[in-house]
Amino acid sequence: MAEKPARRTTAEAMGAKQRDISVSEFFTKNRHLLGFDNPAKALLTTVKEAVDNSLDACEEAGILPELLVEIVELRGGAAAQEGETKKVIPESRFRVIIEDNGPGIVKPQIPKIFAKLLYGSKFHRLRQSRGQQGIGISAAGLYAQLTTGKPVVITSKTGKGRPAFRMGIRIDTKRNQPDIVKEEQIEWERDHGTRVEMELVAAYRGGRTGVQEYLEQTAVANPHLGLEFRPPKGEPLLYPRVSDALPREPQEIKPHPHGIELGMLLTMLHDSPGKSVKQVLVSDFSRVSPAIADEICKLANIKPTLKATDVHGDVIDRLHRALGQVKVMAPPATSVVPIGEELLIEGLKRRFPAAEFYISTTRPPSVYRGNPFVVEVGLAYGGDLPGDEPAEIMRFANRVPLQYQPKACAISESVYDTNWKSYNLPQPKGSLPVGPLAIAVHLASVWVPFTSEAKEAVAHYDELLREMKLALQECGRKLGSHLRARDRAMGEQKRLSLFQRYIPEVAQAMSEILGSDKEKIEKSFYKALPNFVKVDTDDDGGAPPPAPDGAPAAEKSEAAAPAAPSPKSKKKPESKKTPPPSSKKKRGEQLTLLH
Amino acid sequence: MAAKKKSAPSPSTGKGTTKETDAKTLSKIQKLANEVYRVVSKGSNPAIEIRVRALSNVAFNEKRRIIELGDKTQSREFFNTAMARKFMQTMIVANGCKTLIDAGKTISIRQMYYMSKHTVAGSNENTFEEQNESDPVIEDLEVSTDSLREELHLFANRKGACVGNLVINDAGDEIDLARLGSGGWAIPSICEPSTVRFVRNKAEYVLFVEKEAMFSRFNEDKFWRSQNCILMTSSGQATRGARRLLQRMANELKIPVYVVVDNDPWGLYIYSVLKQGSISLAYESMRLAVPGVRFVGMSALDYKKFKLSKSVEIKLNDKDIARAKEMKAYPWFADKKWQREIDETLSNGFKMEVDSFLTKGVSFISEEYLPKKLKDRDWLT
Repeated sequence: MAEKPARRTTAEAMGAKQRDISVSEFFTKNRHLLGFDNPAKALLTTVKEAVDNSLDACEEAGILPELLVEIVELRGGAAAQEGETKKVIPESRFRVIIEDNGPGIVKPQIPKIFAKLLYGSKFHRLRQSRGQQGIGISAAGLYAQLTTGKPVVITSKTGKGRPAFRMGIRIDTKRNQPDIVKEEQIEWERDHGTRVEMELVAAYRGGRTGVQEYLEQTAVANPHLGLEFRPPKGEPLLYPRVSDALPREPQEIKPHPHGIELGMLLTMLHDSPGKSVKQVLVSDFSRVSPAIADEICKLANIKPTLKATDVHGDVIDRLHRALGQVKVMAPPATSVVPIGEELLIEGLKRRFPAAEFYISTTRPPSVYRGNPFVVEVGLAYGGDLPGDEPAEIMRFANRVPLQYQPKACAISESVYDTNWKSYNLPQPKGSLPVGPLAIAVHLASVWVPFTSEAKEAVAHYDELLREMKLALQECGRKLGSHLRARDRAMGEQKRLSLFQRYIPEVAQAMSEILGSDKEKIEKSFYKALPNFVKVDTDDDGGAPPPAPDGAPAAEKSEAAAPAAPSPKSKKKPESKKTPPPSSKKKRGEQLTLLH
Repeated sequence: MAAKKKSAPSPSTGKGTTKETDAKTLSKIQKLANEVYRVVSKGSNPAIEIRVRALSNVAFNEKRRIIELGDKTQSREFFNTAMARKFMQTMIVANGCKTLIDAGKTISIRQMYYMSKHTVAGSNENTFEEQNESDPVIEDLEVSTDSLREELHLFANRKGACVGNLVINDAGDEIDLARLGSGGWAIPSICEPSTVRFVRNKAEYVLFVEKEAMFSRFNEDKFWRSQNCILMTSSGQATRGARRLLQRMANELKIPVYVVVDNDPWGLYIYSVLKQGSISLAYESMRLAVPGVRFVGMSALDYKKFKLSKSVEIKLNDKDIARAKEMKAYPWFADKKWQREIDETLSNGFKMEVDSFLTKGVSFISEEYLPKKLKDRDWLT
C-alpha cells in the first residue's frame, strides 16, 4: 500500500474558491448541451429556437402565424463557390433573420428574453408548448455573440399605432444579465410582430439535419403556418397557409399525482403555509377529490390534517409513494393539443403534394407518469416519393421537428418495431420499411420526455412506445388495405387488357384456320370473358365489353370501363388509353379513404 | 412442300402420298381450332392439350432402350394470364402451318418465326419477340396435333455433313457420297424416305464424329475409303435430320454406328441423345433414336491407354461436375461400364477434347487410335 497521502489543502482554502457559476458561463463551456456543438447544427438550432418561439407566441396570442426566415451568407461564400470543396462544408459568417407577425414583446422584456438564459414563461407551468426550458433563443444569442462579437438585434412592435423598438443586446456572461448596446424607436410597417437578427459563424447545409428540412417538416406539423424561407442561395421557398384554424389553446393543468417528482411535491407543500396536507392535495393536484386525498393519506399513514409545512423526511417519502399508488382518473387531456387527423394530412400534402395516398390517425389521450400525451401518425405514400429507399421518418414533439439522433429516439424505435410486412411493404429485419413512404409521428404532451437537454430524441417510456405503435399499426393497416385494393384493381385491369389484347389475334388465326367469320369468333371470346375476369371494376353502370359490331352505347363517357380495343368504335378515342380512367378511379378511391 | 414436290417423280416410300398427309395434318389443325371455338362458345375456358416435354414426363423404356414421352399433358388455357400469350402464339403458328400446307410450301423454323411475328394491335408488344419463343411453340404444335415437323411444312437449318461409300438419292438427285471432295454432302433437315433414299451401299459401318474439324481430319485422310465406311458429323448436338439419317442407316443398311465425341459430360450427352433420344424430343425417339450406337471415344480411360501428355487435361469446372453427376443418375447410364466411365472422368478431375490426339501426330486418330479401338472391340454401348 502507498503511504498515506499528505493533505494538500484545507476545507477553508477550498471554500474560498467556491462561488456561483453564472449560467451563461456554464453554457459558454457546455454549448454542446444546447445544440451548438458544430457550426451547421448551430445554425439549425438558432433558426429552430427562434421559429419555435414565434409560433408559440402567435398561438398564445391567437394570431395566425406568418413567418419569414432568411439566411444571408456574409463572407466566405464566394470563396467556397470557387473552391468547390463540397465535402468540407466551409464555415462562414451568416446573418439569420426571423420575422413574425406575433404579438410583439413589451420593451422592458426584450433584453431579458433574448439575453438572459433560463428566463421565460413556459417553464413554470404545465402546459403544452414548443419551447420548454427558456434556454433556447438566448443561447442562440450567446452563441452569436461568442462567434462574431455582434449583438442580437431585436425589432418589436406590440400593436397598431404603438411604437416599434429596435434594440441591440449583448449578454454579460458573468452576471447572466443583458447589456443593451443600442436602442432606438423606428418606423415599422407591421402592425405587430418581432424581428430577430443575429450574426453567427456557422455552416449551411442541406439534408436531414439542414435548416430547409427543418422548415419543411415544420410546415407539415403546422398547417396553420404561412412561411417564407429565403435560403443563402437559390429561390425563396413559399409555404402558404393551408388551414385557417389555429390550434386549440392548450389548458394549463395542475400536476397529476402519478407524475409528481419528490422535490416538486416538497416545494408545493412548503409553499402552502396554513394549509393541511389534504387541502394541498385537493387544491393543487388534478383529479384529487377529498375522498382520494383521504385515501392517499391513509396509504401514506399520515393524518390528513397534518400541516403541509410540517411534512419532512420519512413522511414526504411515504406521501410520494402513496401518490404513485393511489387510483385516480387520468389527467384531463385538455392540456394536450394534437394537430388533428385532417390537418396532419393537409400538412403532409404541403410537403408531398404528389403522393398517391394519405392517411393519419390521432390516438385518444393517454398518460405516462401523470403527464397526458397524444400520439399522432400520418403517412404519405406513393407518387413521386422514392420507391426503392427506406421510408422517411419525420419525428415531431409538440409540432417541433426532431432531426438529430434518430437512432436514440423512441419514435424511430416504434417505427422499426412495427411489422410493415403485414401492410404489404418490404422491411429488412429491424429496420425501416422500404417504399415510397413518408411517416410523420407527432408526440404532443405537456412534458415531452427528451433523452437530453438538446431535445433531440424522445425517451423510451413504455406508455409512449405502446401508443406510437398502435397509431402506426392503425395507419399501416389502412395503407395495407389500400395497397392490396390497388394491386387487386391493377391486377384485374391488367388481366382484362391482356385478354382483350390477345382475343383479336387468336380470333384472326382461328378464322383463317376454320375459314369462318372473325367477328363471330371474337364475339364468342368476349362473351366468355366476364366469366374469367371482372370486366367492370367500377360502379359506372356495369357496362359489359361492347360487341365489336354492336352499336356502342351513345352516353358512354370517358370514365366508362375501358372498352375492348375495337378498332371499329371510332367514337371512343379514349378507349385505347386505359390509364386515364383507372387513375381517375384511384383518385376517387383515395378520397373516400381519406374521410 | 418444295422438297417433296421435287421428289414427287420418285414414288414416296413414307406414309401415304403428300396429298393424303397434308389433308390429315390440315384436319388435325382444324380440329384443334374447332375444339377451341366450341368450348369458348359455351362460355368456358378453351384449352390446347400439350404433352409435357420435361424430365418429369419421360421414361426410359428398358426394352426398346429409348426415352419415351409419358402421357402427362398440360392444358394451355386462354383465360389464364400465364398462358394467354402462349395460347395466342400456338394458334398463330397453327394458322401459319395451315397457310403453308394450303400453298404447298415449306419454310424453315426461323422463317416461321418471321412469318408469325407482328405487333399485337393496340400495343407495342410483338406476337413473338425472339425465335426461342416460336421454336418451342412449334414443338408444342407437333405434339398436340401429333404431326411431324415436316408434316407441318417446316424444317430446321441444315447442319452436319456426310461422306463415304454410299450412293443416295436426295430429292430425286442421285449422289455418290464417295465423290464429294472436302466438304461432303450437307445433311438436309428432312431425311424422311420421301426425300432421301439409299441407292447402293458398300460401307461396313458408320463413323459419327461430333466435331466438324475432326470430320475434316478424317475426310482429308480418306479414312472412309481405306476403312470402307460412312463418315458423318453433326457439328455439335445432332439435329433431327442427322439423327433420322443415322437411324435409317442403322436400320435400313444394317451396319453398326460408331461415335466419337469429346471426353466430357456434354460429349457424352450428345452420344446419349443419338442412342436413346432427348427429353425435349422424347415424342420423336421412335423415329430418331439409334439404340445400337457404339461409343468408341473419347473415353476417360484413353488417357492412360494411349499415354496422353498432361498438357491435354482441361480441369472440370463446377458445371461439368454437376452435369456428370446428373447423368450418372439417368437410368440409361445405369449400366456398370457407364458408371465406371463417368466415375473415371470425375476421378480424373479433367476433361479432354478429341483433338488431344493431335499431340501424338496429325493422323494418329485416323491411323492408330480408331483402328486399334475397333480391332480391340473397345467400345461401350
